[in-house]
Amino acid sequence: MPANPFNGFTDFGVGIGLRVPHYQHILSEKPVVDWFEIISENYMIDGGRPLHVLDQILERYRVVQHGVSMYFGSHEPANREHLKRLKTLVKRTKTPWLTDHLCWGSVDGTYSHDLLPMPYTFEAARLTAQKIREVRDFLEIPIAVENVSSYAEFHVSEMTEWEFLTEVVELADCGILLDVNNIYVSSRNHSFNPLDYVNGVPAERVAQIHIAGHSKFEKYILDTHDHPVIDPVWKLYARAIERAGRTATLLEWDDKIPSFEEVHNEALKAKQFVAEMAVAL
Amino acid sequence: MNLLEIQRRMLEAVMQPLTPGEQMQPRARDGRSMHEVAAEFVKPNDRLSSFERLEIYNRQYWFRVLAALEEDFRGLGAIIGPRRFEALSKAYLIDCPSESFTLRNLGSRLEWWLRSHPEHIQPRAALALDMVRLEWAEIEAFDGAAEPVLIPEEMLASDPDPRFRLQPYIQLLSLRHPVDDLLLEIRKDDSDGEMASNAISERRKQTRVRKVARQKPQAVFLVVHRLDYSVYFKRIEAEAFLFLNALRQGKTLSDTAVLAFQGRDVPESKLLGIVQSWFANWSSLGWFCRPESPNKEIISSIERQS
Repeated sequence: MPANPFNGFTDFGVGIGLRVPHYQHILSEKPVVDWFEIISENYMIDGGRPLHVLDQILERYRVVQHGVSMYFGSHEPANREHLKRLKTLVKRTKTPWLTDHLCWGSVDGTYSHDLLPMPYTFEAARLTAQKIREVRDFLEIPIAVENVSSYAEFHVSEMTEWEFLTEVVELADCGILLDVNNIYVSSRNHSFNPLDYVNGVPAERVAQIHIAGHSKFEKYILDTHDHPVIDPVWKLYARAIERAGRTATLLEWDDKIPSFEEVHNEALKAKQFVAEMAVAL
Repeated sequence: MNLLEIQRRMLEAVMQPLTPGEQMQPRARDGRSMHEVAAEFVKPNDRLSSFERLEIYNRQYWFRVLAALEEDFRGLGAIIGPRRFEALSKAYLIDCPSESFTLRNLGSRLEWWLRSHPEHIQPRAALALDMVRLEWAEIEAFDGAAEPVLIPEEMLASDPDPRFRLQPYIQLLSLRHPVDDLLLEIRKDDSDGEMASNAISERRKQTRVRKVARQKPQAVFLVVHRLDYSVYFKRIEAEAFLFLNALRQGKTLSDTAVLAFQGRDVPESKLLGIVQSWFANWSSLGWFCRPESPNKEIISSIERQS
């Protein structure tokens, strides 16, 4: 039974991101993993080894696509070539839902390849929601948008980030990929209480949760995905599943990637919080 | 300030080159103070000014795109050296910022751009251009489409003068320097260096410089192809190169043979044997694919028109 209307995948459990350094281990050892998340753009190609590996993974595991360059918040329309390639990949993976970020990254056809923060305005929410609907209609699968880590805020913002996220997903009628590490990073960079964020999002729309590690600098925190998850982030995770129910959870580890076992064991810590939540209920 | 204005202003600031000390420029392109520009749309906080917050994105942008180019063009970097490669990369990215959703395509215009900016690769411009072409061909061969393999005999059984198609991932290069050997040596140095101390890596750099300096012009006809999902370089004769090029252009087998051997002193009695041996070899490598179906050609034509 789904925990909420946007979360029909409560049995997905805890997955990890599929990364090149782990290819050989996964293909030869065939470890038990609930599911893998792939970065869509790494496989939006015409052929070669990445797709060959992906096909082998698809034979054995459940795979969910996560994008990094749809840029729902960019003012310009979605790139048609991008959409066509993404749809081809969606047909290949049969991903049950697809996620990308609530951010922007391109203007007038020029790409930054970064997840740039949105101004939290009603105009931006309307345009972003419209684009999410267009992409969903083209791809014909459910979409969930992820909150990003940010290092800047804009004078023009008219609401908090979680109010903006809520506005967008309500207008687009889509799900949320709640990244609790990103909430923590942004809360430190912008001095807000991260629990206010977790408590402020519509829990019934949380389709997936991301957990990850980050790097601390003197005056800010950078979302580097190169460390284990810290305790305050686990606490946010516990609160998130308390509100949203059992939710497909994914550990991201993208830099200084350790062994497969180390990454997987870090991800599996999430199961302990799910078990504690079940006992509490 | 609306969404589009914010995004245009921010991207312009983010993509402005860093100072030599890897900080954000104190002045915007129009000469205004960058502190003032940043303060107009970015909020400061209790630890960082508007300028400093924008600078985080400015630095991330340049670190990301420079690292991507460096990874894709290690051979070019070895030829011109790291400092000149960094200067070249910055100049290229200012003129040709990414217009693709994927960083994979970041270097797609590098050869074209270098032809009009040879100052970045002098005095070894021909060698450097050959290397750029090879490194881009390798990217294309790595993830290019592969279609079902065709056995040439199957085609010949139904058509005595067929048009053979080459696999889309195959790249044909006519080079003026043996950059294939050079690139493999450079890579060998890189992989040997993973566990090296600083002293050893200094010695290795000198070896690399000598290898580059040793490079003499030599006509090389190269096929960059894929076997078992790995990319390989295969040198071929000039006639074989012309032959494959003609096949790629859609010529019939007989026209291809005429083009390949035009003006060559090859006895007609030997021609058939040469072509047969080529086909046997190329076929075993899976280089031929089935002809496009008429429907696919019609669809492609409609797509081009629309």
